[in-house]
Amino acid sequence: MNITKSIGMNGIVRLLTRNWGRRTVIGIPYGFLILFFSVPFLVVLKISVSSTDELGIHFQDLISYADGIFQLKIKLSNYIFLTTDPLYIETYWSSVKFAAINTFICFLIGYPFAYFMARSPASMRPALLMMVSLPFWTSYLLRVYAWKGLLDDNGVINNILIWLHVIHDPIKMMHTGFSMTIGMVYTYVPFMILPVYATLVKMDLRLLEAAKDLGATPWKAFWLVTVPLSKNGIVAGSMLVFIPSLGEYVIPELLGGPSTLMIGRVLWDEFFSNNDWAMASAVAVSMVVLILVPLAIFNKYRADSGGVRGI
Amino acid sequence: MADSVANSTGRGDSSQFLKIDRLSKHFDEVAAVDNVSLDIKKGEIFALLGSSGCGKSTLLRMLAGFEMPSSGNMYLDGEDIAKMPPYERPINMMFQSYALFPHLTVWENVAFGLKRDRMPKDQIAERVEAMLGIVKLKPFAKRKPHQLSGGQQQRVALARCLAKRPKLLLLDEPLGALDRKLREETQFELVNIIKSVGVTCAMVTHDQEEAMIMADRIAVMQEGRFLQVGHPREIYETPSCLFVAGFIGDVNLFNGTVEVDEPDHVIIGSPECRHFVNHGITGTIDMQVNIALRPEKICLQEIEPTIEQRESAAEHGYNSARGTIDGIAYFGKFTQFHVRLESGKIIKASRENTARHEETQLERGQQIYAWWDGSDVVVLTN
Repeated sequence: MNITKSIGMNGIVRLLTRNWGRRTVIGIPYGFLILFFSVPFLVVLKISVSSTDELGIHFQDLISYADGIFQLKIKLSNYIFLTTDPLYIETYWSSVKFAAINTFICFLIGYPFAYFMARSPASMRPALLMMVSLPFWTSYLLRVYAWKGLLDDNGVINNILIWLHVIHDPIKMMHTGFSMTIGMVYTYVPFMILPVYATLVKMDLRLLEAAKDLGATPWKAFWLVTVPLSKNGIVAGSMLVFIPSLGEYVIPELLGGPSTLMIGRVLWDEFFSNNDWAMASAVAVSMVVLILVPLAIFNKYRADSGGVRGI
Repeated sequence: MADSVANSTGRGDSSQFLKIDRLSKHFDEVAAVDNVSLDIKKGEIFALLGSSGCGKSTLLRMLAGFEMPSSGNMYLDGEDIAKMPPYERPINMMFQSYALFPHLTVWENVAFGLKRDRMPKDQIAERVEAMLGIVKLKPFAKRKPHQLSGGQQQRVALARCLAKRPKLLLLDEPLGALDRKLREETQFELVNIIKSVGVTCAMVTHDQEEAMIMADRIAVMQEGRFLQVGHPREIYETPSCLFVAGFIGDVNLFNGTVEVDEPDHVIIGSPECRHFVNHGITGTIDMQVNIALRPEKICLQEIEPTIEQRESAAEHGYNSARGTIDGIAYFGKFTQFHVRLESGKIIKASRENTARHEETQLERGQQIYAWWDGSDVVVLTN
């Protein structure tokens, strides 16, 4: 009796220490994120709904206690302003549009790329995969800068075209929607390729043989088997491209024109040009909410198809 | 050329329903299938049996259309199918791991092939229902494959490839993914379904028992060629060569020299004993031969066998050897004895356990006589 009890105790102790180890491993990154993401985000959220003092410099506390009365002051005027001012609505719309176009182009380029990479001889795949991830070896800022040198009025492409007498005057490519889209696609296409590749390479090729055996032409087999089975990769890739490109700041700033409206730039302007921290915070919070929508759809989709094994 | 052969074969010739004519497949100069010819009758279950790499799967994949033959022809019901793409062949295959579409339900899996034929919707529904009825999976129609057991998945795969009513059904290791107990039950069920549907069937297996139980005829393959084609009993009782004898079931092999060669019997000497074989062979005196003897054909007893016991052996001393029991393995329905003969050779002899308690219990180390009938000896001349 005593023996079994002591074993039981040991078991519990072991369980606790094991859980402790697990908690530490999970806890450290979570702690880091809480400290450097959640807390700042809450600060931003607080600023976005705070009213300022008479001087308009110091933010007041949301909750105050005076004369035995608790007071909760939440200022929503910034948010109301966001939804009424056409500039913001236009900016959000334009950001969603650019992110969607970018996602779509990345899909058009990335899917066939990932497909042929997954169907290439197994010995070649590591090399191809390496080439996709090679750009990450250089800072993305530098690579975006490099496009400037290519697309400028006085850049490599225009110079070559003029030298070849194809054109007389340089084509205006830099600081347009075109240059920005190129930069975005260039930067984000690996994020589409990798998850799509991962699902395609895992696919059992006998399923395609089975489809053909049952009378499906190669194209039908692709459409009815390969595409549905790579859906998870497509959704994951689209999220990985769409979400960061929605809030992208560097690429619109360096390659976009003065008229390309992106949330990231408006955010920067509100913070550092207008110094309207409350308004800027409201813009930031709205952007996070906007990103949460596709993420929620993504998670719901994952949960729905979560039961499908082997994909 | 191809057409003339097709015409001579003639549509509706049921003994040559599937005609494989000098078919070869080379992979980088290595012949996976080497100049193979075969006729399969309508309604027959035919098994290609061999160890891995013998070319049986390549042959099956050529029939399905996944591999193009390097040379040779294939005719199904008089129609040249060698150059037809897989999706146009009236042939359906059940894959080894079933290859069920994981994103489709059982119902959709079975309907997949019918939809490709643009069959009207109500007919598809009718056919799928009928197929699920045959394989007893009606209640599972809305499940996804991963929600089914291995045996159920196998039945979905069968229903899916029978749904299109193919002229030829191909089975690739049909029971390979099932555990032993389930496999035994399924073997008969599978044969019953195939026979009731009446489809001609070619299957590939490495499991000789599976081939013997299921197939009407078997081809034993090695290195891309057929070593022997015949009924299971024929292959077991009169193997054509050493490989077939060893591949199908257990066998004891003796090396021997032909001493007497008469039309009605031969006498073969070997270090273990002199073999009296009561059928003639095509051979000459002093020819080296192999003698194959199945373990269950060998009798063990404590006293020397009498002439009366060995009807066929003309004299004392033939087809009998003294030895010691070296090992006993109890398998339930039979017991296998390892007997060390005086020459040092160890032979296997098995005895069926028909009674629960054996009267004469043989023990390890016991001296015994092993003997067999002259008609049970198979002489392998090549």
